[in-house]
Amino acid sequence: MSKVVVVTSGKGGVGKTTSTAALGAALARSGNRVCVVDFDVGLRNLDLVMGAERRVVYDLINVANGDAKLAQALIRDKRVETLSLLAASQTRDKDALSEEGVARVVAELRGLFDYVLCDSPAGIERGALLAMRFADEAVVVTNPEVSSVRDSDRIIGLLDSKTLRAEQGHRIQKQLLLTRFDAGRASRGEMLGVADVLEILSIPLLGIIPESEEILRASNVGAPITINAATSQAGRSYEDAARRLMGETVPMLVPGEKKSLLNRILGRRAA
Amino acid sequence: MSLFGLFKPRAATAPVARERLQILLAHERVALGPDNLIAILRDEILATIAKHVEIAPEAVKVTMGQQGAVSTLEIDVDIPTEKITASLARQMPTKAVA
Repeated sequence: MSKVVVVTSGKGGVGKTTSTAALGAALARSGNRVCVVDFDVGLRNLDLVMGAERRVVYDLINVANGDAKLAQALIRDKRVETLSLLAASQTRDKDALSEEGVARVVAELRGLFDYVLCDSPAGIERGALLAMRFADEAVVVTNPEVSSVRDSDRIIGLLDSKTLRAEQGHRIQKQLLLTRFDAGRASRGEMLGVADVLEILSIPLLGIIPESEEILRASNVGAPITINAATSQAGRSYEDAARRLMGETVPMLVPGEKKSLLNRILGRRAA
Repeated sequence: MSLFGLFKPRAATAPVARERLQILLAHERVALGPDNLIAILRDEILATIAKHVEIAPEAVKVTMGQQGAVSTLEIDVDIPTEKITASLARQMPTKAVA
C-alpha cells in the first residue's frame, strides 16, 4: 500500500527539504520504492540537496499539465536505485499548478511507489496547500523556537481542515520532527525542550534531529545526510525517524545529550 | 559587569518562551481554528441585524477571551442612531454587550 506523506512546517528554513531528502533516502535504503516530490514552484531546491540539479529536464508542472509523461520527469537517484525525484518548476509561476493536475500526478505516483514524500514550500499559500492536499500523513518539521512552533501550530490546523482526508471526515496522522535541537542548551533552559514543544503542539514525536555540522556538509555535496553521513548522530536520528515512519517501534533517544566535563572526568575515574 | 557576573548562570528563557506560546496559541486556535467559530458567529450576527437595520460590516465585533476555566464571548455592535427607525429604537439598545 502506497503512502503519501507531506513534509511541512509553515515557517521557512526549519529543514523541510533537508528532512525530505534524508527521510526519503533512508526509506529507500530499507528497500522501499520512494519518490520525493518538490512542491516549491519557482524556488525549487530539493534537486540541489539531492545532487540532481543538472539532471532536471521535466518537472511537476510539465507532468501535471500533461506536457510530459511521469516516466520522463522522474529522476532516478544514482546512489540508491529505489529512490526517485520529481523536481518543481523553476521558471513557471506558482499558480501554474492546478489541483486536478496534482491529483492526477499523485494518483499515478501511488501506483509506482511505496512512499511519496511531498516537500512543501514555506507559508500557507497555494503551493503549501497543494502539497498537503492529497497526503495520508504529515511530518511537521519544527525548530525549538517560538516562531517555528507557532507556525507549526497553524499548519496542524490547516492539515486538519484543508486536506482531502480531513474533508472526507478521516483523521490525518501528523507527527513532529524536531530539528536543530541542542540538548545542552535545552537542559540549561536556553531552548524549548522536547517536552515543551510536544505539550504545546500535542502531536506524536517522529524524531529529534540534533543541530549538526554534518547537515551543511551533506547539502554542500548534494547528498542526503542518510547517504552522506549515515552513521553521524544526525544521520542516525533521521534513520530512526524513517523507521518510525514505517511503523517500527524505535526507542527515542535525545541526541547530543553530552555529559558535562566534570561528569566525564568523574565517569572516567569511576570506570 | 562585575567579575561575579561572569560566573553567574544566566536566567533560563525557555520557560518564558513556553508560557508566551501557550497564551498566544490558546487565542489563535480559537480565532483561526478549523471551525473558525468567531468568523461564523460574526457573519450570522451581522446578517441577523442587517435584516432590520442598515449596518456596516465593521460594526460587529466578536471576541473570545479566556480567564482561567471560563471562556467569554463578547459581541459588540455599533449602530448609528440615525439608522434606527423610531420603532426599533424603542426595542433595541444601541449597544449590546453579551
